[in-house]
Amino acid sequence: MGPAVRKRLEILFFTAPALLLFLFFVVWPIIKAVQFSVYRWKGYGPLVDFVGLKNYVSVLQNDVFIDAFKHNIIIAIASILIQLPLGLAIALLLNRKMKGQSALRTIIFVPYVLAEVIASVIWFQLLQPKYGVVDTILATVGLHGPAQGFLGDPKWALATVIFVLTWKYLGLAIILFLAGLQSVPEELYEAAQIDGASWWQVQRRITIPLLGPTIRTWAFLSMIGSLQLFDMVWILTGGGPANSTNTMATFLIIEGTKRSNYGIASAASVILFVVSLVAALLYQRFILSRDNLTSAPGRKKR
Amino acid sequence: MKRTPVLGALALGMSLALLGACSSGGDAEGNDDSTSGGETTITWWHNSNTDPGKGYYEQVAKDFEADNPGVHIEISAMQHEDMVTKLEAAFQSGDTPDIYMERGGGELKDHVAAGITKDISESAKESIDKIGGSVAGWQVDGKTYGLPFSLGVVGFWYNKALWAQAGITEPPATWEDFAADIAKLKTTGASAGFEPISVGAGDKWPAAHYWYYTALRACSESTLQESVKTLDFSDPCFVKAGENLQTILKAEPFNSGFLSTPAQTGATSASGLLATGKVATELQGHWEPGVMQGLTEDGKGLGENTGWFPFPTFPGDKGEATAALGGGDAWAVSNDAPDAAVDFVNYLLSDKVQQGFAEQDMGLPTNPTASQYVKDPALASLLKVRDAAPYVQLYFDTAFGASVGGAMNDEIALLFAGQASPQDIVDATQAAADSEK
Repeated sequence: MGPAVRKRLEILFFTAPALLLFLFFVVWPIIKAVQFSVYRWKGYGPLVDFVGLKNYVSVLQNDVFIDAFKHNIIIAIASILIQLPLGLAIALLLNRKMKGQSALRTIIFVPYVLAEVIASVIWFQLLQPKYGVVDTILATVGLHGPAQGFLGDPKWALATVIFVLTWKYLGLAIILFLAGLQSVPEELYEAAQIDGASWWQVQRRITIPLLGPTIRTWAFLSMIGSLQLFDMVWILTGGGPANSTNTMATFLIIEGTKRSNYGIASAASVILFVVSLVAALLYQRFILSRDNLTSAPGRKKR
Repeated sequence: MKRTPVLGALALGMSLALLGACSSGGDAEGNDDSTSGGETTITWWHNSNTDPGKGYYEQVAKDFEADNPGVHIEISAMQHEDMVTKLEAAFQSGDTPDIYMERGGGELKDHVAAGITKDISESAKESIDKIGGSVAGWQVDGKTYGLPFSLGVVGFWYNKALWAQAGITEPPATWEDFAADIAKLKTTGASAGFEPISVGAGDKWPAAHYWYYTALRACSESTLQESVKTLDFSDPCFVKAGENLQTILKAEPFNSGFLSTPAQTGATSASGLLATGKVATELQGHWEPGVMQGLTEDGKGLGENTGWFPFPTFPGDKGEATAALGGGDAWAVSNDAPDAAVDFVNYLLSDKVQQGFAEQDMGLPTNPTASQYVKDPALASLLKVRDAAPYVQLYFDTAFGASVGGAMNDEIALLFAGQASPQDIVDATQAAADSEK
């Protein structure tokens, strides 16, 4: 056996289990979802009622789905607009040497470590109208939330979900930015100091540009997470009230498990997949690609 | 690259084990119900997940196992919504529990068409004869697929103490009376810290029950039964039903945050609010006392303060004032279940088990010999209402099936949020029904 063949066999041997699992649990379900999406199907029994692209048409004409798509976009944009400045500010703060630094870092990261479901159940209880902790605290200072509660009022529900999402995921942004800050070389700061740069100038001209790759990667994760958002919304509001917090994922779960329209649910899931894929590819092509280009020459200089 | 033979063997062994784990998972599904060496395992799913129901069913299973050596019953007691979701998944995978709860109507029709449910017309003939007419909801084309063990009606459960505190002595019969009572409850509740009515509109179906009932009152029996059969909702009485519901909503009787209130999970759910005295009334099914018992620390629910009255009538109603909305649960056996499963279902409907079922106040027994044992005065009065009703209309969402029922419930929930008109409910239901045809 030649070494080349042997090496290939080795690669095959070691990747086979992972590949098999991937084929079985990722590729196969995707193929099945596409298959289901062209049938009218109740969820059991044989697939016989072929309807072509009718399910896709009905999903794309459904106002509830269009609104759900808009909610996803709103959440994606709001997450980045809120978490980026907040996360950066806190990361810069925590990057300075001070008392209790590591304790603070831990505390800020705790929400992210909590399971999403548990965090949602806690917030659901806190946000209960009248009897919840939030309303009680507001009442003691003479304020009161919306009459239907933060989660029960269609005008407030989406904003409340975004608030809880920020609470949950801000920790991730901070930790990533902190990690990014560690890789900014100390000499640059020293050089800037010698040149008489102010603290603001240092952050503006050195820290943030050098954090660029980290920020872009984080924004990518945040965007994809927002598009696929499910657990948090499902527990906090179930997509309601009056469909005001539906996301594409809750829409397809409701169509599928609650209404047994598995064909329509599958069509929605394929659309969600395509939307995420296109968003991911565009982001990689136009935004992340810059990092790959700039980092290569940068390494050479050193 | 160098590799010791030991490591290689280890790696090979591990990958084999992985593959083995995958395939044995597949095998286990197929072997689930198999009979090996005289041992039969029956899987049984039910939703009595709080005591005393949970403990009672464990005892019943043990008794049956003692009488039938070699039969083992594997119980899964689940919260109702969880069970419904898991059943859907089980139907898809074909790995259906041997005995499960079947709600009848459009759902059962689909299950029968998909070959999931076993025809027990012959093997359960004695039980069917004993139960009598109530079995009709679980028959498709003259064959019986489920044995209803509890058949109840929906109505207003109320806290007698809170109503008395508001100075109300008689439960209302008409909407005018009810509206006056709501006003009184509001005034008293404002200072005493309770609200008139809770509704779990977050789960949608509790809100939908209101529309079902206004439709039941507004539409004549013949119109309703024709609509259920033909899925044609063009009769103006269905729009009237929505308008009557808007009248109720205009009185603003519901708990704050009702749009996101869950039906019956936790102390802040609609049932929890009633059980803990934070609201005075709730429209809910016959299972409510049991749910409330599970939601209070002393396990008593409202105890002797539990009261019940039927849905009121509205001016201009064409329907029967005593007609009831309801439904029940039946034990159904999946197609590939062992014969012992049918025996067990027959046992569950026997005089003895239904008597215990009645004594534990777990529901409204369908075996006529058991009716006398219902202790709970509220349930006993419910039983009288049920037997006196000219007809019991199955919950619309169950009768129409998940697809039409789901579209209808969603639109009713939107009306609760003030974002749909009475006509919208009819249109959405009709559109969903037409896409089924």
